[in-house]
Amino acid sequence: MANIQLNDLRKSYAGQEVIHGITMNISNGEFVVIVGPSGCGKSTLLRMVAGLEGISAGTISIGDRVVNDLEPRERDIAMVFQNYALYPHMSVRENMAYGLKIARMPAAEIDARVAKAAAILELEPYLDRKPRALSGGQRQRVAMGRALVREPAAFLLDEPLSNLDAKLRVQMRLQIKDLHQTTGQTMLYVTHDQVEAMTLADRLIVMNKGVADQIATPHEVYMTPASEFVAGFIGSPAMNIFTVQAEAGVAVLPGGQRLPLSGLPASGEVRLGLRPEDMEIVDAGTPSIPVVLRSVEWLGADAFGYGVIEGSDVLMTLRLPGSTVAARGDRLHVAPAEGRMHLFSKETGKRL
Amino acid sequence: MRRTVFPHKLLPWLLLAPQLAITLIFFYWPAAQAFRQSVLREDPFGLSSKFVGLANFRKVLNDPAYLNAMQVTVVFSVLVAFFAMGIALFLAVQVEKIIRGKGLYRTLMIWPYAVAPAIAGMLWLFMFNPSFGTLAWPLRQLGIAWNPLLNGDQAMALVVAAATWKQISYNFLFFVAGLQAIPKSLLEAAAIDGATKRHAFWTIVFPLLTPTTFFLLVVNTVYALFDTFGIIHAVTSGGPGKSTETLVYKVYNDGFVNLIMGDSAAQSVILMVIVIALTAFQFRFIEKRVHYG
Repeated sequence: MANIQLNDLRKSYAGQEVIHGITMNISNGEFVVIVGPSGCGKSTLLRMVAGLEGISAGTISIGDRVVNDLEPRERDIAMVFQNYALYPHMSVRENMAYGLKIARMPAAEIDARVAKAAAILELEPYLDRKPRALSGGQRQRVAMGRALVREPAAFLLDEPLSNLDAKLRVQMRLQIKDLHQTTGQTMLYVTHDQVEAMTLADRLIVMNKGVADQIATPHEVYMTPASEFVAGFIGSPAMNIFTVQAEAGVAVLPGGQRLPLSGLPASGEVRLGLRPEDMEIVDAGTPSIPVVLRSVEWLGADAFGYGVIEGSDVLMTLRLPGSTVAARGDRLHVAPAEGRMHLFSKETGKRL
Repeated sequence: MRRTVFPHKLLPWLLLAPQLAITLIFFYWPAAQAFRQSVLREDPFGLSSKFVGLANFRKVLNDPAYLNAMQVTVVFSVLVAFFAMGIALFLAVQVEKIIRGKGLYRTLMIWPYAVAPAIAGMLWLFMFNPSFGTLAWPLRQLGIAWNPLLNGDQAMALVVAAATWKQISYNFLFFVAGLQAIPKSLLEAAAIDGATKRHAFWTIVFPLLTPTTFFLLVVNTVYALFDTFGIIHAVTSGGPGKSTETLVYKVYNDGFVNLIMGDSAAQSVILMVIVIALTAFQFRFIEKRVHYG
């Protein structure tokens, strides 16, 4: 068990920088999730920590030891791969014992550790099977077991659930959460799935084009996204974000309506972000955003209304109560809930 | 499994006919001829023959020259199969490490396969001929009394080298394909599990290559036994003495040079039995150690 420090970590391929300086201190036992769309460099970052990718600049320390020039095997880490990477010619037992045998651990201790991991992961009946005779979920657990038996300083997981079906994914997600709580291991987990990211993480790294846009707890990321990218990426349905013109405390909406808002700059264009659930329906007379509904999806407990701001083609998603009677063609007047609006710079995308 | 049922009785036979004709004419008929001739004694001009039962077999198996050919064949085949596969595997692994110009290297490595056996033989003969060989002179400068025309072991080394050189390309191609089929993530997992590159090769890569290796073992054995006639004929003609005379070469020598058809046919039959037994053995015992994905 150990902490991991990333210090201005950079990676370039043939002069092209793909990771632009990431600094973070992951404390001992913390569960950190790296999340972002495909191609944002999240897997590259994890593989740099693992030692599978070289480091162009900056340092990585694991347990206060700089590991930049160490081989993967010298870094005291374990990794779970997206495709599990189980050795197909070895039984489940041999797969799990492989690393321990290399470390020349006494056979009795290897057996004990494999038995312990198999018990935690409910793999006992399958120890003598080959990976090809296992289901997807079982293979995933073997991959976890292989990492677990080594009792490493840190656990690295590269989209470990993305090859499972939806139901199994939820199960395994809970199991991973459990595992983290029982073992207290430092875990670094890569995913593109925001539900996994939000539910598992102590802290999130939201990556965008090789930059860590925000490093914070899931709550903080959701409530106060540091950039327009983070705001749009986390949350489902996505946040409504559109450009407004600021004029002395009043926002001129895309449809020309004027909405008094606090916190606006004196003048100029800004991006206004409103989550679907952060808007209240108000009377037509009060200052508000008029939304013309194009369709309503009723889900039972609540409903989502999809429409446009009147007089524009800016799309708006509204979360409505399940008891709503709104229908296509209706005009709703909504106002941002107190303190629940987000403003971003039009130029930099950063939170204002 | 679904079975396709032809409405016609004749159509399936028609569709199979070309393949059946080729198999019958070029395999079963000569094989039957060999069986027939192996129990006959014929004069060199083919004018008369008489039935002698198993006398030809008895004669062949008691012939010290035949036992010598058997020994030569074993040495030759084992060396050729071992070196052709070993060197090809080594080169295939090395090529995997190349980043630039991988395609060029691969193409160059495959060229020797396009060279006809007799030409390959001549090539090696010219390089190592004791009187005018380009490489014979440096060998002598190194203090090696190089003369494959007199020294049987050196002649053997030369034919083994020529036969190996020609087969490396083929094996290389299969090993490259086999290596590419091994997911990179397995090696990364092994690296994280603490394996050195060498350890990972022997515990992960090599076992996963066994289907390729086994296939090549069967193919190379057959190659060394049969397809090397041209090389031996061009390089040593079985000499000096009978030190490079393999079973196949002896079949040719006794049948078409010495015109002892009965002996030659008996040897062919024995050879057929040996190959069938060897392949059966390989599939029965060695295949058990093969891991198919």
